[in-house]
Amino acid sequence: MPANRREFLQTGVTTGAALVIGFSLPGKLWAAQETQTPKPPISPFEAWVHVGDDDRVKLIVAKSEIGQGIKTTLPMILAEELEVDWKQVEVQQAETRPDIYPHLGTGGSSSTRTTYADLRTAGATAREMLISAAVAQWNVPREQCYAEDGAVINRQSNARLKYSQLVASASRLPIPPAGQVPLKKRADFKIIGHSTVRVDAEPKSNGTAQFGLDARVTGMVYAVIARCPTFGGRVKNFDAAKAKASHGVLAVFPVEAVAKDVHSAGGIAVVADSTWAAMQGRRALVIDWDNGAHASESSESLRNAFESAARQPGKPVRNDGEVEKALAGAKLIEAVYEVPFLAHATMEPMNITAAPGADRWEVWAPTQSPQWVQTSIAAEAGLKPEQVIVHTLLSGGGFGRRYMADFPTEVAQIAKVVGKPVQLVWTRDDDMQHDFYRPAAHHHMSGALDAQSRPLAWRHHLLSTSINAFWHPEEPAHASEIDGALTLPYNFPNLRLEYTPVASSVPVAWWRSVADAMNAFATESFIDELAAAAKTDPVQFRMQLLDPARMVKDPESKDDPGVSTARLKRVLQTAAEKSGWGSPLPKGRARGVACHSSFRSYVAEVAEVSLNDDGSPRVHRVVAAVDCGVVINPDGARSQTEGGIGYGLAAALYGAITVANGAVMQKNFDGYRVLRMNEMPEIEVHLLESDEAPSGLGEPGVPPIAPAVANALFALTGKRHRSLPFVVQG
Amino acid sequence: MPATRLLVNRQNREVDVSPDTPLLWVLRDTLNLTGTKFGCGAGLCGACTVHVEGSAMRSCITPVSRVVGKQITTIEGLNNPTLQRAWVEEQVTQCGYCQSGQVMTAAALLAENPHPSDADIDAAMSGNICRCVTYHRIRRAIHRAAGDGRHAS
Repeated sequence: MPANRREFLQTGVTTGAALVIGFSLPGKLWAAQETQTPKPPISPFEAWVHVGDDDRVKLIVAKSEIGQGIKTTLPMILAEELEVDWKQVEVQQAETRPDIYPHLGTGGSSSTRTTYADLRTAGATAREMLISAAVAQWNVPREQCYAEDGAVINRQSNARLKYSQLVASASRLPIPPAGQVPLKKRADFKIIGHSTVRVDAEPKSNGTAQFGLDARVTGMVYAVIARCPTFGGRVKNFDAAKAKASHGVLAVFPVEAVAKDVHSAGGIAVVADSTWAAMQGRRALVIDWDNGAHASESSESLRNAFESAARQPGKPVRNDGEVEKALAGAKLIEAVYEVPFLAHATMEPMNITAAPGADRWEVWAPTQSPQWVQTSIAAEAGLKPEQVIVHTLLSGGGFGRRYMADFPTEVAQIAKVVGKPVQLVWTRDDDMQHDFYRPAAHHHMSGALDAQSRPLAWRHHLLSTSINAFWHPEEPAHASEIDGALTLPYNFPNLRLEYTPVASSVPVAWWRSVADAMNAFATESFIDELAAAAKTDPVQFRMQLLDPARMVKDPESKDDPGVSTARLKRVLQTAAEKSGWGSPLPKGRARGVACHSSFRSYVAEVAEVSLNDDGSPRVHRVVAAVDCGVVINPDGARSQTEGGIGYGLAAALYGAITVANGAVMQKNFDGYRVLRMNEMPEIEVHLLESDEAPSGLGEPGVPPIAPAVANALFALTGKRHRSLPFVVQG
Repeated sequence: MPATRLLVNRQNREVDVSPDTPLLWVLRDTLNLTGTKFGCGAGLCGACTVHVEGSAMRSCITPVSRVVGKQITTIEGLNNPTLQRAWVEEQVTQCGYCQSGQVMTAAALLAENPHPSDADIDAAMSGNICRCVTYHRIRRAIHRAAGDGRHAS
């Protein structure tokens, strides 16, 4: 299979050349971008480093800040090699200029991993060019000069030229070839590896940070769209008379659903002089919907579809040894795990602002994919992408949702009609009812131990509403769903993974940690069941099965290094030690463990739980051990792990999107409950020292938490929780 | 429609809006005070929290007619450097979208209870959702701002 078939999305763009949008299957995204044809080198002074006359250094960040701290992390890498004092640094968001920044998409925990080497090289290149400029000016041997704190220093004379004095001549010098630029030794790092205050900490604490919804453009109007609650439904008739008469309403008109690539729902747009007026106008609309072909889908019908599909074997995607034979002769352990659809539920609902023009549009977008915003709006506007100026604003959460082009397409449809700047606002209901949800899945697990209670066989039949089936029906349905299950790290002589796609009208896509969390709940719970059957301590049982040290590879990927069982073992051991695994707990409390590798990082978590009076779980403490290679900003890494655990815990405890009559039943945070402060466990994050290349951390904290809690509940009560969420709302 | 007179961040403002308009949208769309955020529109998430006469209120469900003549304070007008510095020092924020509301709720709590316990903080803050789940750091920042020295724990 060609690398790009499995590894990323290709989104057809109406302007011609296919654009790799690259949100992808875990562990391998961006590979397309990494392997694009090399172009003539772009000067670091054009792309990354702008030195001002005042000695302030502007560093450019070409990824979207969605909360993960990337606006701090990536400039830290540049600043390290550039040899500037962090206090001199200002960070500026990159323009949406794919000719300069071909890798603008943010997702798959890939930003640090895929840009670390390039940003070091860019910073070092700028530094060496500045040194060269000083060498020329002083006419001294290069060895006599070094860079420090934004200046080049002559070792012998102690003369000093500030970068601001050198940048004009430095930027005219030839750019040294990447391979010839010396990079700093890790021992000499002053910024990388040191906790650094986020550049956005202060504006986000005093209300001045500008998010997408805060875009204000002279003469702008506000719009909302009434979308059919039923997926695939369309407007049959509508009466806009009352809406048009509503205070502040300026226009009411239909917008088409765009199925290709974008998957926008279409509906009736209401444009007004304020957000509230638009919302009130929408309430006054009378719409007769054609609910379409999927009006009968429900969570129950989907569950029946899963159960019926599970009766037939799935498509084998990994097959080691002879599973059927091994299972046939052994005492079977079987279990079915279920996970529901999940909404992203970012704090800031989807929104975008666009100012149309005859040959130039300007757009303000809280997006993970500014380039796709650009191309999708250009397609609607009938312009070339470079005629659409996209400003990437801060995102109030992303989690995968802000990669999509549905809201950008909608705002372009509206702006074309009204001919003036317009902000499209999604309400919370819109956001929750028209998300692209984390797929629902069933896992039929079978396992067997031999007479000495050693692991003999593992069979995992995974069924899900495939992301590929929704976005890329030409691709194998399994390819988007198997991460974390395919590379099961435990040493079973007989092991099989089978996959069956199950059809649903519910739109699905990438949700923080994608298939890894969906699958780790099943694999890390079931391994615990086997440990219990073997009457072995769950940590010990896993440790044995992670031997011998080896790389468990994804056979369909060329570039993925695979899962290192040694690294996984190390985080498991650390989490066990730091949590006091095996030591006594107060009565009514128990621990559970899970470990998982995703996005090339390794995380083990031990959760300590008790039961509330109503029988629901209460998580008191989570101890996590993390190996994500070289850590750039340790406090940022801890923060991302804490956030991942909390996001995963919210989903494990309460998260469920359910469907009735082809529509989502949850509309707001009352129906879709999330974690609140009084439910927050203590979280302890241990970052392991590592010389491995940096890997992602936005997502890897998520997968282990649900199984760790489920395993703790089993330890506490003897009852297995095989269905998420743990707390089902009435 | 007669102008509605508001007292926002110690300034008199006149706005021409229908009286049932939630304060949130008057602040954001009419007065251009965008620090106060829209999260749920139903008083469920706390992102829109402002102070009315010093008490934390959900501006997304507060009709503007109910706050005429009252002291309204938004994040832009909050002058609480100790608290906001604590937010930075504890590295609370991730995406940051909910944090205006979190800071406003915390400020109201501390005004009423200068040395809150963990339980007090939970009780006051549990109406404010953070999807990045920064709750434990918020708790530490509140203790730090209270000068309770418990932030190190």
